Amino acid sequence: MWLEGYGPLILAGTWMTIKLALLSLLVAVVIGLLGALAKLSPNRLLRNVATGYTTLIRGIPDLVLMLLLFYSIQIWLNELTDWLGWEQISIDPFSTGVLTLGFIYGAYFTETFRGAFQSVPSGQLEAGYAYGMTGPQVFRRILFGQMMRFALPGIGNNWQVLVKATALVSIIGLADVVKVTQEAGKGTYNMFGFVLLAALIYLALTTVSNLVLMWLERRYTAGVRSMPL
Amino acid sequence: MIDILNEYWKAYLFSDGTRWSGLVVTLWLLAISVAIGFVMAIPLAVARVSSNKWVSRPVWLYTYVFRGTPLYVQLLLIYTGIYSLSFVRSTSLLDAFFRDGMHCAILAFALNTCAYTTEIFAGAIRATAHGEVEAARAYGMSKFTQFRRIILPSALRRALPGYSNEVILMLHCTSVAFTATVPDLLKVARDVNSATYQSFEAFGLAALLYLTVSFALVWAFRQAERRWLAFQRPLGK
Repeated sequence: MWLEGYGPLILAGTWMTIKLALLSLLVAVVIGLLGALAKLSPNRLLRNVATGYTTLIRGIPDLVLMLLLFYSIQIWLNELTDWLGWEQISIDPFSTGVLTLGFIYGAYFTETFRGAFQSVPSGQLEAGYAYGMTGPQVFRRILFGQMMRFALPGIGNNWQVLVKATALVSIIGLADVVKVTQEAGKGTYNMFGFVLLAALIYLALTTVSNLVLMWLERRYTAGVRSMPL
Repeated sequence: MIDILNEYWKAYLFSDGTRWSGLVVTLWLLAISVAIGFVMAIPLAVARVSSNKWVSRPVWLYTYVFRGTPLYVQLLLIYTGIYSLSFVRSTSLLDAFFRDGMHCAILAFALNTCAYTTEIFAGAIRATAHGEVEAARAYGMSKFTQFRRIILPSALRRALPGYSNEVILMLHCTSVAFTATVPDLLKVARDVNSATYQSFEAFGLAALLYLTVSFALVWAFRQAERRWLAFQRPLGK
């Protein structure tokens, strides 16, 4: 039998891991863009909030934040539903995983995007304004596209770290690739083989991401002359 | 909050009554794995930049595999995977080593941080100014002396900013040690959580302690950079 009958389960777990990583990436990128805009905004309060967020989150381990939020969100939700007189809503590990990973890596993306926004020469923006574009138009037509080129290496790094961080979500009970291979290992008394399989699956995921990132980088740096060194 | 502090402050910091626990265990895990990783990373980084493919490729493979898989999976492989093999259980020395979660955690952490550190050091060695190496060769230094006197002292300094990130990330990574039954800071927080049901306070205290250590490390590395990278400081002011 294919992987002693655990093949479909492991495929489902792998798919779960990929879904988790992609959705968390989406949340993290949105938070990161908002955070970077807040950090660069003229409003002092917004800047301080964003700085507090990135400093705090990057100083605390992912796993600690994950457990903190996983248990606390449920307790707060229970208090809220009790107070409103509703039935209890229990949150599942998948949404907690997406939200916490997105929230944590949003802090890293904030820093990436802030640096990238600052790397766009201000003459580019001035030229945009000189053409009579409005602020949002300058952002959309000039700033964003150029910013992405500077942000790409950082985005790639964050993505690779994020993919590996998804393994931790199995600790709060999500049936991801780690969890299902653990179960398969216990069921077949072949723990070593199945954990090795999980490691190989992660290695395949990071290798594929590497290739995609290299391709993206080539695309986004098209037309940029490389420095002869 | 106050009752948790009153009852568990010792467990969070250094002892749960019968053995070391909490912050002390976390710091010990960090110190020993970073120390082993550092010592092994220097020869591996030298091998990684070697022009001989038979020397550099195996090191590349090692760092690729360890940087491409999650630390948690590596820990599981060592703690639950290797110990499930029958020949490990039947060899008394291996059995004694792999039965202990602490040993497994240290082994996994050291191997993991060593892979990242090797790449950081190798990058710094590659960035050594060509003229420096040429000058050393012109003085008739052997390969070994070149590395000892010229390349490594300057490369390790230039690696300092990248290395400080790695040490702080390693501090964060030690929190998976509780899955191998090591009584580190997060294990204490989990125990307090299940004993009191005050999740926010229980994990929040641990988060606060991790945050403090992170800031202390950032400060210490800033001091180190001021001392060893003084020549890179911008002039003026």
